[in-house]
Amino acid sequence: MTAGNGSLLSVKDLKVHFPVKRGFIFQKTVGFIKAVDGVSFTINPGETLGLVGESGSGKTTTGRAIIQLARPTSGDVSFEGVELNHLGGKELRQMRRRLGMVFQDPYGALNPRMTAGNIVGEPLIVHKMYDSRQDYRNKVGDLLETVGLNRGMGSRYPHEFSGGQRQRLGVARAIAARPSFIVLDEPVSALDVSIQAQIINLLQDLQEQFNLAYLFIAHDLSVVRHISDRVAVMYLGKIVEVANRNELYDNPLHPYTKALLSAVPIPDPTLDRKRERMVLEGDIPSPLDPPTGCVFHTRCPIAVEDCSMYIPELREVKPEHWVACIRAEDYGSYTIAA
Amino acid sequence: MINGKTSNSLLEVSDLRTHFFTQGGVIKAVDGVSFHINEGETLGLVGESGCGKSVSALSLMRLVPNPPGRIVSGQVVFEGRDLIQLSDSEMRKVRGARIGMIFQEPMTSLNPVLTIGRQITEPLELHMEMTKNMAVTRAAELLDMVGIPDPDERLKDYPHQLSGGQRQRVMIAIALSCNPRLLIADEATTALDVTIQAQILELMKTLTSEIGTALLIITHNLGVVARYADRVNVMYAGKIRESGTAEEIYGNPKHPYTVGLLNSVPRLDAVSVERLQSIEGEIPDMLSLPSGCAFQPRCRWAVERCENDEPELIDAGPDHSSRCWEHENVSRERGT
Repeated sequence: MTAGNGSLLSVKDLKVHFPVKRGFIFQKTVGFIKAVDGVSFTINPGETLGLVGESGSGKTTTGRAIIQLARPTSGDVSFEGVELNHLGGKELRQMRRRLGMVFQDPYGALNPRMTAGNIVGEPLIVHKMYDSRQDYRNKVGDLLETVGLNRGMGSRYPHEFSGGQRQRLGVARAIAARPSFIVLDEPVSALDVSIQAQIINLLQDLQEQFNLAYLFIAHDLSVVRHISDRVAVMYLGKIVEVANRNELYDNPLHPYTKALLSAVPIPDPTLDRKRERMVLEGDIPSPLDPPTGCVFHTRCPIAVEDCSMYIPELREVKPEHWVACIRAEDYGSYTIAA
Repeated sequence: MINGKTSNSLLEVSDLRTHFFTQGGVIKAVDGVSFHINEGETLGLVGESGCGKSVSALSLMRLVPNPPGRIVSGQVVFEGRDLIQLSDSEMRKVRGARIGMIFQEPMTSLNPVLTIGRQITEPLELHMEMTKNMAVTRAAELLDMVGIPDPDERLKDYPHQLSGGQRQRVMIAIALSCNPRLLIADEATTALDVTIQAQILELMKTLTSEIGTALLIITHNLGVVARYADRVNVMYAGKIRESGTAEEIYGNPKHPYTVGLLNSVPRLDAVSVERLQSIEGEIPDMLSLPSGCAFQPRCRWAVERCENDEPELIDAGPDHSSRCWEHENVSRERGT
């Protein structure tokens, strides 16, 4: 991708392979799951990159590899000019102050034995970001207010909060140490629709207030279009298409992106029933044994013989519109069978 | 419903009340729900978690766990008989045979220690009185019908050997095996990826229209309902808040909650607005519902009378009704 010098985060040829082991005592590695297999992108300060894909596409692992929760097998993750994957221990911990993460499950991500105040304030303690007990209490109170909770709620425990409020706590914790970048891994998919909108609005407000950059990982394409500046589509460990959001949604060039978009129903019956429909055949192949060539060719409606032999490079087909498909130029010349 | 009720109504639910008697108090999960489904029609039941949509479906099938739950009152007239009054053995002849059901979690609804062949042949032998051989042949046909390749071999597989999408296909095969008149799909595609979700929904819609089965789609996904349902009921806190044709509900919503739901989801096809219009506040605790209209604390149209008085479903246009005093003033534009 355009490795702009002004970029905050730059990921180059990132690979995360998990060994698959067999045997009870003498385990031997029988193969690798290539969860992330050569992913590159950049994120600028204050920008949101949406990362979409279905389960098993490697989008969560990509997010975890960036903040070094999953150590990359190879490739570079450079954040604010520092190579994160060569850091360890104390240095990494210091850098993590600048990186936040919000997880999907607002029930599992919070320690049930800690008070809300301590959950939110823990990063302040870890990074020694307060002067006195009073200062700590004030800062925690401010954080709670920033995310739309009451100051007094700090003494409660996670089970006393609703799902939406818990996700607010997760967000407060993520911004506590004043990061410049946050990985948001499916932050709203466990929430009811009326609550989703509240959290999305909160995330956008915070982004503006603190000039945060986001990697927004989600499978809900409508939400991703709403919140992202640019969107990357992943399939079986690879990015198959990246473009600015309106370009990607209005002129998708990769057949997988087209299929994904047409699979999402629009809440408007008159409009939706007129749309071109493209239903993909079959399941997502196992990442343990991915197809040769283009990983999508087994389900692709426009695959040709070459697709099973050559791995397509991600290339810039239009300005700022990158596609990994050898038939991308033919985008106008094929229509989707209804 | 007063509207759209015709003589070919297959299922007629009136004033259904299912309550759960817990230590904390009585939860009125379903509190006076009435609706009907015509032969071959697709009805959508939408709402957020805890609104009572799943309990409604379980009540139709008389599968509400008792205790703590109990159907307190109401009628469920299906093919001319009130299911609530049937004996357990008569009810068993309806379940699976006349009404099929698909749940959200295909892994927990399939028995992990039986082959899928055994699980498909069981209802065939039970309800259709087929011999074992006939049932096996039919089971293979059914698997083929739901698009599972190599059906004869797959019959010997156990559920864990199949992917999530395939398991849901098996569930559809089981649910449709006895040619039911009604298929209930309770969040049947929620756990699946979008491309698989599209496959399963298309399959369900095609098969049910081929054999003329009515379909009740229960979901929180407004898009799914927009794509497939003929009519839509919107539920909130145990009651149907709005009911109408899909075109009316989405094009001309007349209940503040429906407006709130529609405005709070971002659209795939639109360059989005800067901020989403969320519904303020939280979904109420079913143990301590607000007085009057349960939606009133979150409602931007609420007037004084909403605090202690709640209407029945009021006519709000052709084939359209809303449980709101202010329905004439409610519109999507005014919601933003």
